[in-house]
Amino acid sequence: MSFFRDLLQNRKATFGLLILGAFALIALVGPWLVRDPAEFLGDPLAPPSTEFWLGTTRQGQDVFAQTIAGARTSLVLGFVVGLVVTFIGATIGIAAGFLGGWVDDLLSLLTNVFLIMPGLPLAVVLAAYLEAGPASMAFVLILTGWAWNARVIRAQTLSLAQKDFVKAALVGGESRLRIMFFELFPNMTSIIVSGFIGATVYAIGAQVGLEFLGLGDVSQVTWGTNLYWASNNQDLLTESWWTIAPTGICVALVGFALVLVNFAIDEITNPRLRSAGAFNRILAQAGATAGFSTPVLRTQPGSVSSAKADTQVPPVLRTQPGSVSSAKAGSRGPEGEA
Amino acid sequence: MRFLLRRLGFYLLAAWVSLTLNFLIPRLAPGDPASALQARFQGRLEPSALAAMKKVFGYTDAPLYVQYFDYVKSLLHGDFGISVAYFPARVTEVIGSGLMWTLFLAGTSVVISFVLGSALGLLAAWRRGGWLDSVAPPAFIFLGAFPYFWMAMLLLFSLGFVGGWFPVRHAYADQLTMGWNWPFVLSAIHHAVLPATSIVIASLGGWLLGMRNTMIGILAEDYITMAQAKGLSPSRVMLHYAARNALLPNITGFGMALGFVLSGSLLTEIVFSYPGQGFLLFQAVKSQDFPLMQGLFLSITVAVLAANWLVDVAYVFLDPRTRR
Repeated sequence: MSFFRDLLQNRKATFGLLILGAFALIALVGPWLVRDPAEFLGDPLAPPSTEFWLGTTRQGQDVFAQTIAGARTSLVLGFVVGLVVTFIGATIGIAAGFLGGWVDDLLSLLTNVFLIMPGLPLAVVLAAYLEAGPASMAFVLILTGWAWNARVIRAQTLSLAQKDFVKAALVGGESRLRIMFFELFPNMTSIIVSGFIGATVYAIGAQVGLEFLGLGDVSQVTWGTNLYWASNNQDLLTESWWTIAPTGICVALVGFALVLVNFAIDEITNPRLRSAGAFNRILAQAGATAGFSTPVLRTQPGSVSSAKADTQVPPVLRTQPGSVSSAKAGSRGPEGEA
Repeated sequence: MRFLLRRLGFYLLAAWVSLTLNFLIPRLAPGDPASALQARFQGRLEPSALAAMKKVFGYTDAPLYVQYFDYVKSLLHGDFGISVAYFPARVTEVIGSGLMWTLFLAGTSVVISFVLGSALGLLAAWRRGGWLDSVAPPAFIFLGAFPYFWMAMLLLFSLGFVGGWFPVRHAYADQLTMGWNWPFVLSAIHHAVLPATSIVIASLGGWLLGMRNTMIGILAEDYITMAQAKGLSPSRVMLHYAARNALLPNITGFGMALGFVLSGSLLTEIVFSYPGQGFLLFQAVKSQDFPLMQGLFLSITVAVLAANWLVDVAYVFLDPRTRR
């Protein structure tokens, strides 16, 4: 579980997880603390005031309440779809990569076809024929969203399947299904988590887009339907920006937080991407300037990251064995042009 | 050559899958699409025309495979049926009028965003840890997290509506006639600025990061050190040694991202009432115009597949390894 520990130590990940935690809290308890989002409470299109913190809609509904209530509906659907998409993608990807042969040919072909088809028009056709509601929305998002994960996970499976532990399991007589789900699956934690995040970002964005088009259940309060009504009522032309801004900012914050966590995962799995700041500070102490290549290195725990680097003896640089998959990257030392 | 033919085969297969999906979705969906069609056209179409219409969609009493062949035959004859929203225009005519605008808007913005994003990513990786490297990636990722259409609304409101610097709707000024004359071209460009900017802002971050991350990997290669050791000028090392190689994965991503960016640009068109495919899609959804919706799905898919094939052709020119 060192992956999750690394994740929590990464600044970007912590920041992203904090934002996500805040939104999770809002989605969980928020709707009980605000007024009924569907009820007509005040004057139509009143600007933000002490009574209505984010103003009211054309129907006199509380925009603040709608934004909070929308957080629950939109985020729940987004995360559920993200989970299902990840599971389907992982199953298909692992099956294709591990079983090989015609299974791989068929599944890869299917994956690539779904990957190249433009998602939105397909989703529109699907959603238009299905009865509007969360279940149809989830179905549409899953069908148009699974392919990317399947492709990434297949590639990872192909390289993992060559590892000794998989061969040992095969020789040991473990069933293929068991190897797929108990040997391969847990060894792809970082890729699967990152796939889950990507799928969730997609699910939230596409859901908001489809609902904005009027393909969701417009009687429900979600982030997408909030924007649908705002656009339907031509709120921009009356300069009622408050009906549009809050929802968009919330969608962007959630998306940004998720992407930040994904960045952190990239940095953990690819040390070369880690911030060069620490490395440059160390080089500066040694009176050297950095070359082009960013070495894969790790400072002694707690020395540089605590930002007190200048008061300490130069931390010991050591290449980081083990956690880097490519031996070439791991064996390379710092390359300063002294 | 074999590479290109294999890709072409794949795109044909993808086209076939999408037209088959197009055939199956209405038939697997709950409810009876034939009677829905009938109800919608009742009183607007002659009974004989309605029968012909049903035949185009294959909604006959014939077995499914006969319906399927009828449907494929109509498609191959370029017959997508009649639009409900733009009755009595044929779907193909309606789509044709919008396709050009979508290709213009989405095509221009995708190219601008790709070039600009890759250039910024290149510079960010070149000056690793510099101000561009520390500011640009998070800033554009944050901007990219906004839904495309929301970004469009923001620009429309601030620069178009309140600022009044750019037109807020349509693709060209109403009083102009379409054609290759300066007033029209300038008006079309003027109208495209805001929608294109919103697409570029929302999609730039992906290219920037892709390019930056590949560059960081490539700058650690021995041939870069070698080029520097030979005393080549920094700009030559950057552009001829590093950037060219770093661009290849981004170009592969370019083809894959086209569908995604196009989807976003469809929503942007709706915000700006831009008369492209997205605006038509919106009209189709509003008036439950299934023939138009399905025609749009097919035409957009074909456009994406064709664009991908062009990317493949470009790739063959750029990467000698595919020419074997």
